[in-house]
Amino acid sequence: MTAATAIQKAKAALALTSNYAAAYAVKAADVDVVAVYPITPQTTIVEKIAEFVDDGELNADLIHVESEHSALSAVVGAAAAGARVFTATSSQGLELMHEVLHIASGLRLPVVMAVPARAISAPISIHGDYSDVMNTRDTGWITYIASSAQEVYDTVIQAYKVAETALLPVMVSYDGFLMSHTTEPVELNDEEAVRRFLPRRERPNVLRPEKPITMGAFAMPDWYYEIKYQVQEALASSLKTIEEVDAEYGKAFGRSYGIIQTYRMEDADYAVIAYGGAAFGNAHEAVDVARKKGIRAGAIRLRVWRPFPADRLLKQLAGVKAFAVIDRAIAFGSPGGGPVFIDVATALYMGGMDVPGLSVIHGIGQRSMYVEDFVKIFEMLKDGERNKVVYMGLRL
Amino acid sequence: MKVVYKAVWDLPVEELFASGHRACAGCGPAIAMRWITKTAGPNTVVVNATGCMEVTTTQYPETAWMLPYLHVAFENAAAAASGVDSAIRVMSKKGLWRSGKTNVIVIAGDGGTYDIGLQSLSGMLERGHHVLYILYDNEAYMNTGIQRSGGTPRYAWTTTTPVGRAIRGKIQAKKDIMGIVMAHRVPYAATASISNIIDMSNKIKTALEYTEEGPTFLHIIAPCPPGWRFPEERTVEAARLAVETGYFPLYEYDHGKIRLNPPTSNMVADPKRRKPLREFLKFQGRFAHLTDAEIGELEKEVVANLEYLAKLASL
Amino acid sequence: MSLPKVHEIPIGGIITEPGSSRRNLTGGWRSLKPIIHDDRCIRCRICWMYCPEGTIKETKGEFVVKGRKYQYKYEIDYNYCKGCGICAHECPTKAIEMVPEA
Repeated sequence: MTAATAIQKAKAALALTSNYAAAYAVKAADVDVVAVYPITPQTTIVEKIAEFVDDGELNADLIHVESEHSALSAVVGAAAAGARVFTATSSQGLELMHEVLHIASGLRLPVVMAVPARAISAPISIHGDYSDVMNTRDTGWITYIASSAQEVYDTVIQAYKVAETALLPVMVSYDGFLMSHTTEPVELNDEEAVRRFLPRRERPNVLRPEKPITMGAFAMPDWYYEIKYQVQEALASSLKTIEEVDAEYGKAFGRSYGIIQTYRMEDADYAVIAYGGAAFGNAHEAVDVARKKGIRAGAIRLRVWRPFPADRLLKQLAGVKAFAVIDRAIAFGSPGGGPVFIDVATALYMGGMDVPGLSVIHGIGQRSMYVEDFVKIFEMLKDGERNKVVYMGLRL
Repeated sequence: MKVVYKAVWDLPVEELFASGHRACAGCGPAIAMRWITKTAGPNTVVVNATGCMEVTTTQYPETAWMLPYLHVAFENAAAAASGVDSAIRVMSKKGLWRSGKTNVIVIAGDGGTYDIGLQSLSGMLERGHHVLYILYDNEAYMNTGIQRSGGTPRYAWTTTTPVGRAIRGKIQAKKDIMGIVMAHRVPYAATASISNIIDMSNKIKTALEYTEEGPTFLHIIAPCPPGWRFPEERTVEAARLAVETGYFPLYEYDHGKIRLNPPTSNMVADPKRRKPLREFLKFQGRFAHLTDAEIGELEKEVVANLEYLAKLASL
Repeated sequence: MSLPKVHEIPIGGIITEPGSSRRNLTGGWRSLKPIIHDDRCIRCRICWMYCPEGTIKETKGEFVVKGRKYQYKYEIDYNYCKGCGICAHECPTKAIEMVPEA
């Protein structure tokens, strides 16, 4: 680009944490109702939104709820009445609102929620890992895991379009602390353009006195199954919507991300699959270091975790000798170690593919992850380590 | 209260709570539902907590509700209604809500209000939402088969406070939910009974009008034949006796001032006009085990409560 | 009669027809049936007020009962009446009689 364009782009960029980026996205999206409740490390999202509202920059109602269970319940109520809503939480808050997660997807409401991922009690930890997000696995929410502040901004905006098209709630998660509280340059869109990208749409499941419907009915065995299956189907077909919205966003605003991101996978023998900014950042660096050591390394970033993009992932793993998944959560008592490793292993099995792998657990409770650790994983893969769980960084 | 309905002939005719619902024969809360929906009218959104009135009226694909209706979960009706209220206000400002001034009413039972729903109720009251919260009180978790709640009175039999050799019914007294609500300094809160339909309907209308200023609250006594253990034709009689014995006083908290309603005001002025508590207690199976001494204890509590309310009313 | 399939059901388990509970004829529940003896009815509206099912219908017309002219008559919709007996119990003139369901 020309110097003038570069300067213009720089002027429109702000130094923002991922949390603030999320707040700016909410402002651009003309959200109507925001439920506000503090919990580390999401609090600065709602603080920023409160500043926008109190300064008259965002025309939204803030509901200062008395718990996270009420936070999600309030936005579910508001969404049921047809409003565009937002809330944010982490860890214990996400656990407290757990039953309402299922209700939001069951009622097919387009709720958007930001979750800077944080470890779950006990013991209590305010630090980042993905155990809270991974615990929402079967709740029927579309779930993104972003890896940069810019991506958080872009994804929260995309989330509204995806939610309102698929009629499913959407979670945008990212690293607690490592992203929520670190500053990166974020290019902001023209807000009018964002509103044009997110037109208001009619849907059948909305409370209106002129057309009274009952939402949240009691379904006996003759009906429950079909209603829940609709959620499963909607989730599966939402992958197409996610891709389309991302492409449309790219056309409108010049940035898009896809569903998975790959680095040097074209000729890779060994692949590391990671999610979030810190883990994928390390994996990316480690690929280059490993390559210099003669290992044909590649990295894959999972941007959309639910619905699980099995087809796209399997295509990348087709030519690979072995893979490792870096999970920042432990799936306790499971046959696989880490939750996304289990997803990948199942996808391979269902796809009839036999590619061996390693489940690597790292970054638990924000235990530091070093690039050397990821290089070591490539070495382990090359040395034939297979089919076991590796607890990286643990003082065993 | 605003007297909108002076006589029985002023009461609205249109039914907005359809027949065919699965509530028990003689269900007290069902009577309340008919009158809540009638007086609120069609420009109303109902947010219902899990409970008898939710499960018996929304068995998919049948609904008794002829108003827009939302059920989320057990403890969060007030939180969900807060969201509905905020949504309507913001969308109205943005020109996206085209139904005008829509009422938002929460309907919840005693389980969903005294116990599991207390937190979200308190939050909603504190935040000042423009919502009318109606508590239909059948004094136990009836939907799950008669278990004690914070609204169950002392000595009552329930399945979790059975009358046994060591302990005879519920040990604790009924929580003062009106006291809790009044502590939030809401514009209006009142008690009502399904036996006094005109009084109840006027209070609903008044409470709805005051939602302009903030949250309002109604506590309606709604007897349950299987739960209180009496024949189902005596439901209205049970509610009437609850009021006439002073067990369930009728009063309003109106902008900080408490006002007793008849017949409670009458029995405070002249204690001879209060029926003996025994008349309310003895025909109910849940109190059949009470000794005269225990009835005397409960009667003392009733009298003390009336004196307390009378003192508050004089402030 | 086969039940609707996945794609024949509205999303989110919403019930789109208000008052669809009327398909459920609860009249089959009762063992006692209320009969309104019109000649004893003073049109006080109490039964109509208290019925938990809303089955008592008020019809307008010209009715002469015991020499008095009334503009209303009350009839029970037996499709829904559950036979609870509240109407009979509350009626001030004992105009409603509960009889065994045939």
